Amino acid sequence: MDTYPVLTVAQLAIFLSFLSAVLPLLFLRQPYLLVRTAFLLLGSAGLAAAWAGGVTLLTNHAEQVVLPIGLPWLHVFLRIDPLAGFFFFIVGFVTFTTACYGPAYLREHIGGPHPVGTLTFFTGLFVGGMLLVLLAADAFSFMIAWELMSVASYFLVAYQHHKAENRSAAFIYLLMAVVGGAFILLAYGVLAGFSDSFSFTAMAAAPLSPTWATIAFVLAFIGFGMKAGIVPLHVWLPQAHPVAPSHISALMSGVMLKVAIYGFVRFVYSLIGVIHWQWGVAVLLVGAASAVLGVLYALMQHDLKRLLAYHSVENIGIIYIGLGLSMIFHATGHMEIAALALIAALYHCLNHALFKSLLFLGAGAVLQQTRQHDMEKMGGLIRRMPVTATCFLVGCISISALPPFNGFVSEWLTYQAALQGPVLRSGILGAIIPVASAMLALTGALATACFVKVYGVIFLGLPRSPQITEAREASLGMRSAQVILALCCLLFGIFPTWAVSAINVIAENLLGTGLLKDASDGWLWLTPIGKQTASYGALPILLGLLASWLLVYFFLHPLKRDNQIRIAPAWECGFGPLTPRMQYTASAFAMPLRRVFSYLWYIREKFEPPQHGKPARYSLQVSDWLWLFLYLPIGKLILHLAKRASLIQGGNLRVYLAYSFFTLLFLLWVIV
Amino acid sequence: MTSWIFAIVQTLCVVLLAPFMAGWVKWLKCKLQNRQGPAPWQPYRDLLRLSKKQAVVAETASPVFRAAPYIVFSVTVVAASIIPVFSVEMPTAALADVIVLVGFFALIRFFLSLAGMDVGTAFGGMGSSREVTISALAEPALLMAFFTLAMNASSTNLSTVVSHFGQSQFILHPSLIFSSMGFILVALAETGRIPIDNPATHLELTMIHEAMILEYSGRHLALLEWAAMLKLTLYSVLIVNFIIPWGVAMTIAPQALAIGVLSVTGKLLILGAFLAIAETVQAKMRLFRAPHFLGLAFILSLLGMISHIVLEVR
Repeated sequence: MDTYPVLTVAQLAIFLSFLSAVLPLLFLRQPYLLVRTAFLLLGSAGLAAAWAGGVTLLTNHAEQVVLPIGLPWLHVFLRIDPLAGFFFFIVGFVTFTTACYGPAYLREHIGGPHPVGTLTFFTGLFVGGMLLVLLAADAFSFMIAWELMSVASYFLVAYQHHKAENRSAAFIYLLMAVVGGAFILLAYGVLAGFSDSFSFTAMAAAPLSPTWATIAFVLAFIGFGMKAGIVPLHVWLPQAHPVAPSHISALMSGVMLKVAIYGFVRFVYSLIGVIHWQWGVAVLLVGAASAVLGVLYALMQHDLKRLLAYHSVENIGIIYIGLGLSMIFHATGHMEIAALALIAALYHCLNHALFKSLLFLGAGAVLQQTRQHDMEKMGGLIRRMPVTATCFLVGCISISALPPFNGFVSEWLTYQAALQGPVLRSGILGAIIPVASAMLALTGALATACFVKVYGVIFLGLPRSPQITEAREASLGMRSAQVILALCCLLFGIFPTWAVSAINVIAENLLGTGLLKDASDGWLWLTPIGKQTASYGALPILLGLLASWLLVYFFLHPLKRDNQIRIAPAWECGFGPLTPRMQYTASAFAMPLRRVFSYLWYIREKFEPPQHGKPARYSLQVSDWLWLFLYLPIGKLILHLAKRASLIQGGNLRVYLAYSFFTLLFLLWVIV
Repeated sequence: MTSWIFAIVQTLCVVLLAPFMAGWVKWLKCKLQNRQGPAPWQPYRDLLRLSKKQAVVAETASPVFRAAPYIVFSVTVVAASIIPVFSVEMPTAALADVIVLVGFFALIRFFLSLAGMDVGTAFGGMGSSREVTISALAEPALLMAFFTLAMNASSTNLSTVVSHFGQSQFILHPSLIFSSMGFILVALAETGRIPIDNPATHLELTMIHEAMILEYSGRHLALLEWAAMLKLTLYSVLIVNFIIPWGVAMTIAPQALAIGVLSVTGKLLILGAFLAIAETVQAKMRLFRAPHFLGLAFILSLLGMISHIVLEVR
């Protein structure tokens, strides 16, 4: 039945994205043509990738090819299987929507201080690198593709490098990416030490002692976690995402973090294979901490894109909670529940890719129209940008995990997996899993609070600064990308059974067991464990909501002309006209929660009362404890050590030659 | 088929009886405080009056403001349709389980607080900010309490949980005691009662729910008020059916159903009386004391869950 040339199309997708990097450079003089060509090629690469990934997943197909490039004893292995196919679909689909969005978005950069050719070049390399990571089936090509992805995205973050803060953000990102890459390299090194080749099949077959397996796991956990942005390795995210162009932020947050998750899942489930429950506990706890801290830090931000970046930390935490549960159940032999938790985590990957890209694209439209990063200066945009506002609302509901949209389904599945905790019959795990699910519940509630703030302050109310009144609706390409993503958020929310049965194939491949076959109850009902245990029918709920809405509307709608709605000025308590300054600000909105969780941030608050005719001043600075008390000291220490080390830098050629000579001697002594 | 009809009729009953529940509590409270007080059916008159009045919408309001009352009300009605009230034999309970129910309450709150921020006055934002703070702390406690009950019944399906407690022998599990206490505290906070919020207040320093809906009038206000009364009734039904489920009909046979209707109504009225007494003897808390209250609820619920897993799973 293998009539679909899946792997060929997948390679074509990679080729097309590299072509989208190179070919447009022919038109450096005609920037409009350049941008069009680049995004056309990128969009077709995205469609090809989405098709290849989707077909692989749906037909449960696996295919491998060995390319005779590279060193003679080090061939490049490319392989596509359902797990890679699933992530291929995510990357391809989001790339496609950003390609719809890009041309109109880049219009403002044309003629700007930086050539757009740089941007399209590195975007092509970035997407091609991500796709290659997913296809790579040996450690060597995986690492090359991984570093290509990291370095290309560094140049994208540093694109607007005339601002010092952008340069420093990009530098931190590069630093973390390099360190993370080194950890991943070491992790593969451990596996390669036990097998005779770098290919994944050989690595998976190699027997590992428990100690070395744990070392490899820890290295991979740190390495992939650095890219995924788990606490405490998250600090690059809130710095890099706000400064990158918005469609790049969508790709980085929506897709690149998922590639890191892919790497982690591939490494742990198929390369190491034998999982210990202690690893699962570590993943679960780190996931819970990332989720809660991510959303709490997000709540305190009023730069829109930085806020969204912290929400990526939160959602990665939710994915890691699912993975941790899955690993615990896997290690204790409860394969069906492990499959359920893994499906929940992977489904959340897909959902997060959809709604986070949607939110970043919406944020890009808002930023382009208002030229404001600061939420405190926005307001009332729903009247000026109705389509963007509606799509953004869908994104907000989805990310807050509210029914009937997609974010809810994956959290529901995660809860269902956590509720199976009592089968473990172990005191420690029995206490940890409830605490983790409590953290997940807290995260969900705080995310709702945060997105009420975001939406209320940006789109509702009155405009808080004059530029806002000049905002117009985004252009057609930008709107269509958002509408596609918003519709997907709804579709994956009300037809979850299809997605779950597709992802189930991955679980069957990785764990050997999928969900119980007799648990399913038709396409309408999501019943992951059993019909009596838990069920969720999203479509009937949506229909019920619509029916009761229509009924109420029918009963209450005024038939008489004189009972129409009257539009009148809002009541301003008799103090003169309503001004935008009377509204709650974003900081004021989050103030009660800031007070409740005050010990989790480093808060500096200053109030100067009004005196001598000067108005009162209030300043508030909320910083990340980890940044101040972990990363800055490390940075200082390294600078200090580097200064010490610079003593050996004499500047004299003979001295350097002597260094080389003695190093050579030393190495010869070590080896021979 | 009959069970579907029964589910719809039961939902309608709850929706129509909800104003009486609110009126009953108010009437009892007035009597306890030596006041004359409106009759228990006064809310019906209020709703009728409001729905006839012309609705005034602020000129700064967006479509979210106008859609919110309909969304809030229909989500509350759908929530009412999945909760077993008089009998557990209802096919609609399979539509959604306790987690979805918590999701519904969050959805209601999401749109209410957006509507509060929409007009651009200070009160709305204040109400929304307080509401999301309170519920961000209450929701985890609520979910933990539900999880303990669900783990006891090894199902998150509401009908299955209620019938599990209704049919099993009465044993005072420690987990149930803790989670019931947590759940009652959360219910007080989520329905906007004293000591967290005061449904009778219009003082700017104290109001939460009323501040969010301050800009509403006419039929929009009627819908929001009705949804709030319905929410109070739903939480009361959850309390009586989870904690003291005796008498709830297991089928929809006429005799069992009659017992179910009588016992549940009686229990609801008694619960309303307790609420009135509690609101009479207690004062409202300062806003920044509320986190302590909800933290207690959270700890109780978590204790319930842990004691279930550690002590009761064999």
